[in-house]
Amino acid sequence: MSFHALTAAELGRALRRREVSSLELTDHFLARIEGSGTRLNAFVTVTAERARADARRADAEIAAGRGGPLTGVPIAHKDIFCTAGILTTCSSRMLANFTSPYDATVVEKLTAAGTVLLGKTNMDEFAMGSSNETSYFGPVRNPWDEARVPGGSSGGSAAAVAAGLAPAATGTDTGGSIRQPAALTGLTGIKPTYGRVSRYGMIAFASSLDQAGVLARSAEDAALLLSAMSGFDPRDSTSVEQPVPDYHAGLEAPLAGLRVGVIREFFGEGLEAGTAAAVTGALDQFKRLGAEVVEVSLPALPLSVPTYYVVAPAECSSNLSRFDGIRFGYRCESPRDLYDLYTRSRGEGFGDEVKRRIMTGTYVLSAGYYDAYYLKAQKVRSLIAADFQRAFESVDLLFGPTAPTPAFGIGEKVDDPVTMYLNDIYTIGANLAGLPALSAPCGLVDGLPVGFQLIGPQFSESRLLSATHAYQRETDWHRRLPPAWA
Amino acid sequence: MTLTRHDVENIARLARLQIREDQLEPFAGSLSRIIDFVEQLGSAATDQVEPMAHPLQGMVQRLREDQVEASDQRDLFQQNAPEVAAGLYLVPRVIE
Repeated sequence: MSFHALTAAELGRALRRREVSSLELTDHFLARIEGSGTRLNAFVTVTAERARADARRADAEIAAGRGGPLTGVPIAHKDIFCTAGILTTCSSRMLANFTSPYDATVVEKLTAAGTVLLGKTNMDEFAMGSSNETSYFGPVRNPWDEARVPGGSSGGSAAAVAAGLAPAATGTDTGGSIRQPAALTGLTGIKPTYGRVSRYGMIAFASSLDQAGVLARSAEDAALLLSAMSGFDPRDSTSVEQPVPDYHAGLEAPLAGLRVGVIREFFGEGLEAGTAAAVTGALDQFKRLGAEVVEVSLPALPLSVPTYYVVAPAECSSNLSRFDGIRFGYRCESPRDLYDLYTRSRGEGFGDEVKRRIMTGTYVLSAGYYDAYYLKAQKVRSLIAADFQRAFESVDLLFGPTAPTPAFGIGEKVDDPVTMYLNDIYTIGANLAGLPALSAPCGLVDGLPVGFQLIGPQFSESRLLSATHAYQRETDWHRRLPPAWA
Repeated sequence: MTLTRHDVENIARLARLQIREDQLEPFAGSLSRIIDFVEQLGSAATDQVEPMAHPLQGMVQRLREDQVEASDQRDLFQQNAPEVAAGLYLVPRVIE
């Protein structure tokens, strides 16, 4: 049976009706992962033994009449989440030998929800990239066209779910790293409000921007996983003390009367024509469902990318100073002295894009440049956040494309970092302002998926999910599978 | 180019990163492109604008009682260390 064509919610229902066991499901997905071999390169580590143990435990729970909607459902974690006793590499040579002594809160919560861990997915090194080409373990391929990138940085999670190697996977999003790969692989991906999901045990890139979220086949699946992952965690000082709504229960909220603002700045130069047409088609569908659509302008938003490329590298240069070759991680051979140990361990342990960002951050934070770059970027960040706030005085949600083009070719944009950075032109704003945002598939352009994006005010995840759920009840883009993996 | 080879050497030293000789020029090129690109921030009028350090406006840093919550797990943590002896992390000789 084609279990991989079903959503996580459907698999959960089949498990509870005892139509299939978790062990059967787990073996089905493990076999598909094994079959994918080096073709997609979606996984860094496959945890087959652990998965079967999780599955047996889930089957016992279900047999005893216990368990919830995710009990026995296999998932994969991006290799940025610490998993106790399992390799946690962040797709870097620096951590290629790192076995985490503890679980991230996200991992702990999804394990408690009864999910089965299939493995850890490939990603851009330290989540720095938009194409999954910066991984120490090699690029991930897009299941819709294996000569193309799956997007990044959660590219392994995206490829795994899109190819039916896992029903759903976790991701992280600092500037678009869940939404952009979701768009490029035909998935539904949500980045919640900053502070909604604990960052404890999630290897830090840029601490004021990083958020964990989900890559899944539907808004319903995203709702199930997000409900399980969210909530206050005293171990993360930026975790928000606020009750978490049941996102799944809120899915049926009516869409009629919802005020949707189309972001004018997102439909200008640089947006590929086929993508624009598909996204406009989705907007028409929202109108047919009863949404009131108006155009809004956020004049500071075009400065998101330059703002991000000051703020994120600055925070990364500070966060990644912990990798010193002393307590854990890569250490160079025969260091002459302490300085040699630091510089060679870091020089050999980090890849070029990570080095580039550490150096950009070091430069913008250095004496004489701090005010001109870092302080200036923090002020422009305020302007961007204020634009969003103003927009949400008159609309419930904002609408636009997720990425300017469908998936591009492997190797096509690696030579110029700025060209690569512009992939995230529509996604970065939500990170700067800490807003929840979601991408969902809305069409194919020459056989490649494209997505629309919804952005909401802080803590409006329910509305993002219910609006997308309403759209997905009327359309079937989210049910399409890559022909080679159907 | 905004940044020279020499600038890259200097930044790399501050960041404790060894950069191979043949990579200094390429990094000077790509870092210059990034710095030139972010220069456009200068066009924004920000005289009366407060800088934003994190996205949760109005949130204050949470405090807790200063009580011991974690237990000693040194042996577990040191399993990931490159070189340890007698529970200590080893580094090259610092004092001659």
